[in-house]
Amino acid sequence: MIRVNGEEMPWRGGMSVQDVLDAKNYTFKMIAVWINDEPVERGEGYSAAPVPDGANVEVIHMISGG
Amino acid sequence: MEKMKVLAEWNYTPSASKLGYTRETLYVGLGGKDGNYKFEKRPVSDDMVDTFIGGRGFGLKLLWDAVTPETKWNDPENEIVISGGPLCGITQYPGAGKCYAVFLSPLTEQTYNSNSGGYFAPLLKFSGFDAFELQGKADKEVIIYIDGDNGLVQILESNITDDKNSYVVTEHLHDYFASDEKDKRNISVVSSGEAAEYSYWGCMNFSFYDPRRKVARLKQAGRGGGGTVLKDKNVLALVVKMSKVTGTSTGPADVDTLSRIGRKLHKEIHDFDDVQCQMRSIGTAHLNEVMNDYDLLPVNNFKFGSHPDIGNIHSQEYKKRFTQGMPDGCWYGCSLSCAKATPPFTLTTGPWKGRQVIVDGPEYETVASLGSCVGIFDADWTIEANFYADHYAVDTISLGTGLAFVCECYELGLINSGHTGGLEMTFGNKDALMELIHRMAKGHDEFSRIFALGTRKMKELFAEKYGADRKIMEDIAMEGQGLEVSQYRCQESIAQWGGYFLTLKGPQHDEAWLIFMDMVNKQLPTFADKAEALFYFPNFRLWFSLVGLCKLPWNDIEPGDNRTKYKGIEAAKVPEHVENYVEIYNAVTGKNIVKEDIITMSEKMYNFERIFNLRMGKGTREQHKCPDRGLGPVFEDEWNARPEYFDGKLREAGVEPEGMPVKDKIARLLEFRRGQWETLVDSVYKRRGWNKNGIPTLETVRRLGIDYPHVVELLEKHLRPEDAYE
Repeated sequence: MIRVNGEEMPWRGGMSVQDVLDAKNYTFKMIAVWINDEPVERGEGYSAAPVPDGANVEVIHMISGG
Repeated sequence: MEKMKVLAEWNYTPSASKLGYTRETLYVGLGGKDGNYKFEKRPVSDDMVDTFIGGRGFGLKLLWDAVTPETKWNDPENEIVISGGPLCGITQYPGAGKCYAVFLSPLTEQTYNSNSGGYFAPLLKFSGFDAFELQGKADKEVIIYIDGDNGLVQILESNITDDKNSYVVTEHLHDYFASDEKDKRNISVVSSGEAAEYSYWGCMNFSFYDPRRKVARLKQAGRGGGGTVLKDKNVLALVVKMSKVTGTSTGPADVDTLSRIGRKLHKEIHDFDDVQCQMRSIGTAHLNEVMNDYDLLPVNNFKFGSHPDIGNIHSQEYKKRFTQGMPDGCWYGCSLSCAKATPPFTLTTGPWKGRQVIVDGPEYETVASLGSCVGIFDADWTIEANFYADHYAVDTISLGTGLAFVCECYELGLINSGHTGGLEMTFGNKDALMELIHRMAKGHDEFSRIFALGTRKMKELFAEKYGADRKIMEDIAMEGQGLEVSQYRCQESIAQWGGYFLTLKGPQHDEAWLIFMDMVNKQLPTFADKAEALFYFPNFRLWFSLVGLCKLPWNDIEPGDNRTKYKGIEAAKVPEHVENYVEIYNAVTGKNIVKEDIITMSEKMYNFERIFNLRMGKGTREQHKCPDRGLGPVFEDEWNARPEYFDGKLREAGVEPEGMPVKDKIARLLEFRRGQWETLVDSVYKRRGWNKNGIPTLETVRRLGIDYPHVVELLEKHLRPEDAYE
């Protein structure tokens, strides 16, 4: 199990940040992802960024529009 | 071209801008329909500069001095004050052509401030004036011409007699006052249109000449009815001309710093816009599908938050329709270039049916207001409606929200085709909705004239004339303080209830947009957290309105490492851009502010505006109302669109929904949320330094240094001991 923005979500082996974004339908581009208080660099893309079991994932949507 | 008759004129010696200010304002009095015209150059005091700063602050100060508590929007005493601010007109930093128009609003019957891009405010400043103040009513339809090159102000009798809509008026006046094609760029026109004669939604169109497309483009001070006030003053247009614009025309203290900070942001835009918001290719329409994905897109009068036909209004659909590769800034130096426009577009309805026009926008707000909110998912229809709204000069946001209200009333049977002049006003009925827009512009019949007065008046008159159920209309009408809600569905974000309904001027998104922070990021778990956000962000954003900057380069582009360098709410503040603002403000004005001063500067004006509205008989808790539709589902189809989600919300409220009829579930959720609303109101009032009635306390105005005798006297009349927080 992991937590995403405070809500529980089932974990599975090989889970990536992109999997979390897809599952939550987080499609906004201006986001910051932090896992266990460490920022995730976009680098090779969120598909290449693993999410460990028990992780606290924060997907911070920046303010835009408005 | 036939010469216009000069009714009055005045010569002056333009003062150059130094450190962002010319230190003079221009007053033009039109008399009381008696031809008694008056011109005056008025000094700008140190207190105006230090406390009111510029832009909206100057507007509030000058309007306060011009009106009394009894003044109504259509009294001659009401003014339109247009002012940019000290940073307005710089060319080094993107988004620096903004100005604010301040006036008493026909919609809200209190002060309103509406911003626009375009060239008017910078050219006004370089013509010698920090603000333009227009009062009175002309005896005939006039055009006011400010010639900064020659130090001349004229009141001219209009020679435009046929089509008085904005594109015609603007193009004509660019042609009339320019010596050649190149000279057209030195001119800016402010106009309204036919609809402003009948509608309280009248907007003011501010022009800039686009030398590549060879057309005058329009930016709108859209909201609040400024165009209605302009029309009521019998002013067809304001025109300013100034040919000498340079990178140092504002008289900055430190042009090197200004250039350095500007280059830094240009590079960010160049490097990151394509992977962030794509403002240069789509403008704010990049939000269309994002709002749909997060259930925030208003569909059918805010009943629903998403729709399967979103693909028809996806940003890529608009990208295809916008001319690409054009530097679409609405002032020199804006590389964010969000002012998108279509190539020649063939109109299919109305008086210009068959004509090809270039359409400015639509931006996100218009995609939603004249699209999803009225149940229409057709980009071409929205572009056409956008064109006519601008041309007739009506605010697209209020127009769309007002149309959506009419459609829902119609579908509920509160009004019928006998009332609407035969129009079948159902959601998605493109022909009927477009026809009502055309009828409104002409004041065609009783229904279109009632519609034109806005949602608050519609509720009153639908009940009075058509017997429509007032309670249902109060529940579903998305307006606050007389202003229609802009295009974000806020019901699932408690903080955004405040972002819309605890505002100074009504539910407009320029105070605070907290939905992601609150609803998605879960960064505001307590009422104290929400209140803090509803203190910081409205004050931070108000600062743009004082200095003459556009908000978009603050957070629609971000440094590449903002998301990893800063965490949580700090990241949302975009700290490096805040530092940019401190540096460019100091570089222009020669002052030495720090970032905390931004909030204090704004807080003074936030409270002054609140007190001004108190002076006008508003500005208390009574005006801070939120309709049921703003808080949650009103009807069963809304609940049934997301039954599990809403059942979950009931459980969070301590209510077990199992076996409960949907009607009862709705009532229980609304009851719970009403309680949350009241808690929010108190939390926010306390944080803002107001009492339980939403009035700034004496301690607050003393702390801020706005304890002018007339302010203290007014507050002492209204502050009651029983309203004090412990």
